[in-house]
Amino acid sequence: MTDHSALALENISVTFAARSAGATAYTAVRDTTLVVERGEFVAVVGPTGCGKSTLLNVAAGLLLPSQGRVTVFGTGLSGLNRHAGYLFQADALLPWLNALDNVAIGLRYGGSPKRDAHDRAREWLARVGLAHHGHRYPHQLSGGMKKRVALAQTLILDPDILLMDEPFSALDVQTRQLMENELLELWSADRKSVVFITHDLEEAIALSDRVVVLAAGPETHPIGEYPIDLPRPRDVAEIRLTPGFVELHRDIWHTMRDEVMKGYVQSQAQ
Amino acid sequence: MKPDQQNLWIYQLLLLIAVFVIWHALTATGILPPFFFGRPLIVLQKIWEWFASGKIYMHLAITLVETVLAFVAGTVLGLGIGLWLALSPTASALFDPYIKAVNSMPRVILAPIFAVWFGLGIWSKVALGVTLVFFIVFFNVYQGVKEVSPVVLNNARMLGATSRQLLRSVYLPSATSWVFSSLHTAVGMAFVGAVVGEYLGSAAGVGYLILQAESVFDINTVFAGILVLTGFALALDGLVTLAEKRLLVWRPAQSETEPL
Ligand SMILES: Nc1ncnc2c1ncn2[C@@H]1O[C@H](COP(=O)(O)OP(=O)(O)O)[C@@H](O)[C@H]1O
Ligand SMILES: [Mg+2]
Repeated sequence: MTDHSALALENISVTFAARSAGATAYTAVRDTTLVVERGEFVAVVGPTGCGKSTLLNVAAGLLLPSQGRVTVFGTGLSGLNRHAGYLFQADALLPWLNALDNVAIGLRYGGSPKRDAHDRAREWLARVGLAHHGHRYPHQLSGGMKKRVALAQTLILDPDILLMDEPFSALDVQTRQLMENELLELWSADRKSVVFITHDLEEAIALSDRVVVLAAGPETHPIGEYPIDLPRPRDVAEIRLTPGFVELHRDIWHTMRDEVMKGYVQSQAQ
Repeated sequence: MKPDQQNLWIYQLLLLIAVFVIWHALTATGILPPFFFGRPLIVLQKIWEWFASGKIYMHLAITLVETVLAFVAGTVLGLGIGLWLALSPTASALFDPYIKAVNSMPRVILAPIFAVWFGLGIWSKVALGVTLVFFIVFFNVYQGVKEVSPVVLNNARMLGATSRQLLRSVYLPSATSWVFSSLHTAVGMAFVGAVVGEYLGSAAGVGYLILQAESVFDINTVFAGILVLTGFALALDGLVTLAEKRLLVWRPAQSETEPL
């Protein structure tokens, strides 16, 4: 069992049924294979609207692919992926719970008594730098704070696989780099398998062990894979200035540029 | 001096007094016939008598009990059935035309039937109030469940929620917040049900006082009853506002800054 990959998407296709009469079905993902090894940090980049979230939803078990197979640690996936934690692109905190209860909710679902759950939630809030904000409700937190709470909410359950969908794309540059560094620090502590979706190539290179580039939609599929052999631990702001980073960026961007243009033209046409 | 935040209430009070003064002037000079429009001094005196003698309290208590019972029963039913139909597409498709039909029916016409079924005591008024409150709560719960953010829902599922836990921690809070946004209307409707029920046939309550006075053309007492009901409705509304502030802390208010 130990030789199995953490997550394997094999020949995945996703076709959305036409919503109205006259419209045609839309194939977002076509014949995509993506394997994530244990402890590996994989970044998936692709132009906006190409099908990144769709692919991640398949990996989470939230969306059934039209074709293909998902295996998690060697076992075929049916239903929700119980090994995975999911950090959503949009705000996903429960708005009627304060930060502490939001972080504790996963443990509560699992049947932990309230006191234990709250104790662990307090630890996690402290770990993401929000020790004194437990009583605040989501609408009373800034965008960056909400992401921290969401991160704690997911990590408290100690998932083996972490699925992240453009988690920091709504943040300003400074907050974003802070969060990226924090994420790397948390990740280096126990090296979970990570799928990190982004449309930002620099972010992808700075964080990951491997960058997978997706084609513009429809029928997106990987068009390139690049191992990132930059040394760790990394500081995301500093690493962007190193020659190794610049070279990787140039290579990958060369592949991506045409796809980004295609994606842009399509979004204009819609 | 122009009205501002601090002294606004003085102007509002002056406005009320002005209305009474004009009312008094018009009826005292006979421009408006006092037989149809009453005399404000006698109206106020009547109200004073009611409270001084304590006669009104029993009637107010009856109306209050009817309102509260109708509100509670209508809310519980609306919440339960709303959740059930919103989460079960088959049931909702089956009942849809009937819900629409009953909702569009003017439910006040049910009052005679309720009087026959439940007698002239409080229960026929409670039943009328329930039919009014139920639909307000029901439609809001239905909306609340349908408007639950799919991202929040998926997040809860990924965090391990079972369907029962989803109901408790996601659907119910979302539905309740919608119910609260219609709380003022719901309480108002419970009150309407109680008073209209009393007015159409009863032996006690403020609506009964009005009915009784009207039958002997005592227009001053009718006005007195109306004024007491208005004050009562305002007090209820104030209570609802208080409850809302306590229970919906998680909802963003318009602005939460505090001046230094
Ligand atoms: N439920 C759905 N029904 C129909 N089309 C969808 C649905 N979800 C996503 N799509 C389409 O699939 C494409 C990929 O969407 P998505 O995976 O969200 O893109 P990305 O995350 O890369 O920006 C888009 O063109 C989108 O319109
Ligand atoms: Mg997306």
